[in-house]
Amino acid sequence: MANIQKLEQTVSQVRRDIVRMVHANNSGHPGGSLGCTEFLVALYFEIMKHDSSFNMDGKGEDLFFLSNGHISPVFYSVLAHSGYFNVSELATFRKIDSRLQGHPTTHEGLPGVRIASGSLGQGMSVAAGAAVTKKLNDDDRIVYSLHGDGELQEGQIWEAAMYASAKKVDNLICTIDLNGQQIDGSTDEVLNMGSLEAKFLAFGFDVLIVKEGNNMTKVVAALEEAKSRTGKGKPVCILLHTEMGNGVDYMMGSHKWHGVAPNDEELAVALAQNKETLGDY
Amino acid sequence: MKKYTYTETKDTRSGFGAGLLEAAQKNENVIGLCADLTGSLKMNAFENEFPERFFQVGISEANMMSMAAGMTIGGKIPFTGTFANFATSRVYDQVRQSIAYSNKNVKICASHAGLTLGEDGATHQVLEDIGMMKMLPGMVVINPCDYNQTKAATLAIAEYEGPVYLRFGRPKMPVFTPADQEFKIGEAVMLNEGADVTIIATGHLVWEAIEAGHILADMGIDAEIINIHTIKPLDAEAILKSAEKTGCVVTAEEHQMNGGLGDGVAQLLARKNPTPLEMVAVNDSFGESGIPALLMEKYGLTRTDIVKSVEKVIKRK
Repeated sequence: MANIQKLEQTVSQVRRDIVRMVHANNSGHPGGSLGCTEFLVALYFEIMKHDSSFNMDGKGEDLFFLSNGHISPVFYSVLAHSGYFNVSELATFRKIDSRLQGHPTTHEGLPGVRIASGSLGQGMSVAAGAAVTKKLNDDDRIVYSLHGDGELQEGQIWEAAMYASAKKVDNLICTIDLNGQQIDGSTDEVLNMGSLEAKFLAFGFDVLIVKEGNNMTKVVAALEEAKSRTGKGKPVCILLHTEMGNGVDYMMGSHKWHGVAPNDEELAVALAQNKETLGDY
Repeated sequence: MKKYTYTETKDTRSGFGAGLLEAAQKNENVIGLCADLTGSLKMNAFENEFPERFFQVGISEANMMSMAAGMTIGGKIPFTGTFANFATSRVYDQVRQSIAYSNKNVKICASHAGLTLGEDGATHQVLEDIGMMKMLPGMVVINPCDYNQTKAATLAIAEYEGPVYLRFGRPKMPVFTPADQEFKIGEAVMLNEGADVTIIATGHLVWEAIEAGHILADMGIDAEIINIHTIKPLDAEAILKSAEKTGCVVTAEEHQMNGGLGDGVAQLLARKNPTPLEMVAVNDSFGESGIPALLMEKYGLTRTDIVKSVEKVIKRK
């Protein structure tokens, strides 16, 4: 059984890291990062079999690909607390000569990152490719990917979805962060995508809907359920309803905090709402 | 002028197909992806022998490129196949981010490059691909000249670790390079030693350069002819040595003047040893439908154009 309380303690520390990283260089994307914190903590601390000594090929391991690379703060914090690199390196985020680039990349050799992402829409294809290679290698582990909901406006996502379904890439779990926000406003205002459930079902995915994507118990249960649905001839899609900015009250539910850093006062408020549980970097 | 003979003409894409099959026989990690152009890319033999290692992705080149990048994770060596236009301009961002910037061991194999695609016209006749691909940091760019060289190049890139763009084409060209040649990435091939001018050619223009060499010999001009199959990394040593010797250079390629082989040679010479240079290439223009030979003539990519450029450049010495 998952130790939910312990996972939630990690979530609190990751949220502190996110706002501190973004505040420290006055740039980055706190909103989506905060909204996906439960998901990434659950994945790395409960669900995936993975090895923080890091080998690019990841044979015998579950793999994760972050397609919406702009939520790098949450990814970096979770990787650091998982042991891929020292948490002190989080202080270098977005600074010159850092391995923690604005968007994740393999280019500077940061352990835990297997592909560059940032230009949206490419990660589902990458994940499908890695999943196919796992099959070729008789490797029965699972490939996970995370996508923003606004990112689904990119056509390549649907090319990848069509492929994964047609070719029965059933060792693939693609999660969509449904926070309903993108840079210019709500996803409904910017480009209404209609029913994503209907779309993914029509594309041939096994679809799970998680209404409380910021509830750790629900997220862990959903990921366990998704795992149990792999290997049955269909790729799996989790539609994860989250709240942009979750955990910091003044950021919650608004697209305004997609790519804006808090000032000193705002940081203090955010930190007061998220306890230091594992020690600040 | 050294004589080059041939007994048959073949398309360079068939050299790719033969090379891919042999590379796959040698290395079980070699896999192939194709975006609904298996026959055009001559990937059928590979598909027939290794159906479990062949991935038909349909008409979705963006997905193919990023998927190929993902497939390297776990040790596979993906060869992607589609037309040069759809392997470069259509998917530049996928190639840039998922393959080049991520430094993935993907071999982007591209057929029907240039005007010699012929009747399909300018939508398909990409003349900018070399420029786009050579601008990407870490990308190797290869444009072989005949069937044998394309086959040898395909085998060589399977052994090389890192992203590669391999460009070839549709028309049947004289097969004049040795079947057993060793292909060294980044190493120019000296076809004829000469004293009066250096002709540096790539791809289909290499045979035209040889034919131009004979015409020039009859005119009393002794041309040095170099086959540059690897445009990046460029064999700077071979080019500088030859330019130093002959004192003038003509480049020839089936590509835009902007961004092509000639641009690279010009940059090298300007920085290291300014030398009079003329370029045989498409001059800032799209192509059009037509018989390949007539298109090459209309857009100035024949042996006659090479000869004219040589006469012009020699006067500038």
